[in-house]
Amino acid sequence: MIESLADSIREAAARHRPLRLRGGGTKDFYGNALRGEVFDTRGYSGIVAYEPTELVVTARCGTSLSELEKKLEANGQCLPFEPPHFGPGATLGGCVAAGLSGPRRASAGALRDFVLGVKLIDGRGQALSFGGQVMKNVAGYDVSRLVAGSLGTLGLIAEVSLKLAPKPQAESTLRLEAPQARALELMNRWAGQPLPVSATAWHEGELTVRLSGSAAGVRAAAEGIGGAALDEPFWRGIREQSHAFFSGPKPLWRLSVPSTSPPLELQGRQLIEWGGALRWLKSSEDPKTVRAAAKRCNGHATLFRAPDKAAGCFSPLEPVLARVHGQLKSAFDPAGIFNPGRMYPEA
Amino acid sequence: MGAALPVVRALREFLPERAILHEEEDTRPYECDGLTAYRQLPMVVALPETEEQVRRILQTCSALKIPVVPRGAGTGLSGGALPLGDGVLLSMAKFMRVLRIDPLARVAVVQPGVRNAVVSELSAPFGLYYAPDPSSQIACTIGGNVSENSGGVHCLKYGLTLHNVLGVRGFTIDGEPLQLGGEAPDAPGYDLLALAVGSEGMLFVLTEVTLKLLPKPQCARVIMASFGDVEKAGAAVADVIAAGIVPAGLEMMDRPATQAVEQFVHAGYDLEAAAILLCESDGTPEEVEDEIARMQTLLAHAGATRMTVSRDEAERLRFWSGRKAAFPAVGRISPDYYCMDGTIPRKRLGEVLRFIAALEKKYGLRCPNVFHAGDGNLHPLILFDANNADELHRTELFAGEVLEKCVEVGGTITGEHGVGVEKINQMCVQFRPTELELFRAVKRAFDPQGLLNPGKAVPTLARCSEYGRMRVHGGQLPHPELPRF
Repeated sequence: MIESLADSIREAAARHRPLRLRGGGTKDFYGNALRGEVFDTRGYSGIVAYEPTELVVTARCGTSLSELEKKLEANGQCLPFEPPHFGPGATLGGCVAAGLSGPRRASAGALRDFVLGVKLIDGRGQALSFGGQVMKNVAGYDVSRLVAGSLGTLGLIAEVSLKLAPKPQAESTLRLEAPQARALELMNRWAGQPLPVSATAWHEGELTVRLSGSAAGVRAAAEGIGGAALDEPFWRGIREQSHAFFSGPKPLWRLSVPSTSPPLELQGRQLIEWGGALRWLKSSEDPKTVRAAAKRCNGHATLFRAPDKAAGCFSPLEPVLARVHGQLKSAFDPAGIFNPGRMYPEA
Repeated sequence: MGAALPVVRALREFLPERAILHEEEDTRPYECDGLTAYRQLPMVVALPETEEQVRRILQTCSALKIPVVPRGAGTGLSGGALPLGDGVLLSMAKFMRVLRIDPLARVAVVQPGVRNAVVSELSAPFGLYYAPDPSSQIACTIGGNVSENSGGVHCLKYGLTLHNVLGVRGFTIDGEPLQLGGEAPDAPGYDLLALAVGSEGMLFVLTEVTLKLLPKPQCARVIMASFGDVEKAGAAVADVIAAGIVPAGLEMMDRPATQAVEQFVHAGYDLEAAAILLCESDGTPEEVEDEIARMQTLLAHAGATRMTVSRDEAERLRFWSGRKAAFPAVGRISPDYYCMDGTIPRKRLGEVLRFIAALEKKYGLRCPNVFHAGDGNLHPLILFDANNADELHRTELFAGEVLEKCVEVGGTITGEHGVGVEKINQMCVQFRPTELELFRAVKRAFDPQGLLNPGKAVPTLARCSEYGRMRVHGGQLPHPELPRF
């Protein structure tokens, strides 16, 4: 089966025919304009290996993300980076290629932190293995993590091995009133204390905090933090962007900044996550203004969802980095067939 | 003679005399790193103190096509900092400044020559620390940790260097400045930071590192558990993980290792036990009490014959002192030792240990074992005498077989020490020619002329085919006089 995927890729490369690697298409909105013939990965699916005592799962790219998570949950485990699905059709391959992490990112780590190995089909149609199924592996350059978040521009991630974590025993969500500057300070202070904070979000004067861990630890931390317990399934709405903040026709920007950056003075509404490091902005502000604001605090801005992406989805790269990107792209995909231009013109 | 070298003349244009070493008596201390079986005098040692000097050294070497080998504290165990006789050894030892500690943002910005332990020491007043703690942490530097993606005894729960580095700054071999990652998460474009960490000084030269600091857990306690056989101890590790516990540390030592250590540090290890486990819990006092109790129950079920829980911080540190001193302790009972670093899926632990025990008999060499059991990272230590050519030769063969076994059971030849020159032949076993070619292409994307630390980590195809031929000949290496591991 992997051979037939490789054959199709070889054929496309021979004809210089661009391919648009696609699982459930739930993240078609993400990145620059889509080009190429759809290459559906869903036929290559299923869990290859899962042994709960190893804290590792290996699965094929077309595996349904929600089915995978159900299987892990049945064993008391989870994907620690809490990936967004953006639709019921989300696949594991798309999840890793997009490289997006959810609310737990600030405390548990990003998707790339949990990638242990990949089987990749490069632009020559070669099936290559990098990393593995063990926690520690420093043999060779870390290509598995390089392809995580590369938006399918380096190759088809045919299989991936991920490190797992046990599901927390207890979880509790609290809500406090706080203006933005105060909320930013609180989130950063909490993160510097040994508290089981697993997610934070601020929006319109309300700071929401999730605690995860042992029952005793969560109870003790909740007393210290204060606020009122929240019962609604809030975090799913944040992760999947079904929360009311994300609706409406204005462009959605994702600003990534150092967590202690002061409130950003930009037109439009904001929602803050990751202890202050992720600032969502719904705004028709000039892209140049948004990018300049992010850059002023050593961050960057992604045009996450917008009807018009003429400004480019991702912050432009420094010339040296742009050159390295171009060279990596041609090393992995000499004919330039994988998702051309989806990330940058040179990648 | 060295003073007449064109590179020395070129470096003198911008480096003070004290920053250029080329007399043998001055370059001798740089002839090897922690892998002392390999030695090579560098042509020149450069000791820059500023980023501008680093930039100009690199530009100079690039223009003269002279290879450059970066070096931190020289504690690496795989020969990653082994000099080249026709190259410049770039010592980053003078980059010792901690530039910034920001307690609110929980980051430390340091120069690469800062020692690992210093970061935690300086962060302690803020209730913070830097999690990766390789056993050499009092001597090894952050630059070396980043280059090797170092681990430590706490990386099961807190990750490797990779997970605790937010960004790096440095220069390409052509002297172009490079910034990868940073305090803002998820830098745009490819995750070049992931490539940089563990790149063994082959992609660029580091001059600044931004580290993530974590809040220090309120308390930590460790269980020392004895087992009557090594495989039972291995099964106990799986039981702990299966119960949904991720211990702060989970280490194993076998009896030959505890015996060597006990004479040296008096950690209080049970010398009757075939193996001991050190199983640590950290968190709030309530969490630790609860987790320690759960782990004790699991370990007892798994057949632990004796368990001692540390009563206070002094005792906890004493239990760990033996584990952290394992390599030097072994160094005292044998003229030389050779440390391996393979990682395997935990479930194959018993099988691999039996395999190693059989090799001890086959080669007539002793091999105490210490492991990061929680993450399957083995450090078998083969004891030998380097002055005995036959023992050296047998050690090479022994080590090669163990590493290849690690690959065979689905693991890797190196979990945290790096490939360097030491395991370069085994790279040919772990990777196919197509994969190795891609590694070479990755290097070319940063270093098209191949001048940064050439000959390390990624073997040439020619080397692999030579090694392939050698393996075919029944494990009998030709030219046993050549140092090869």
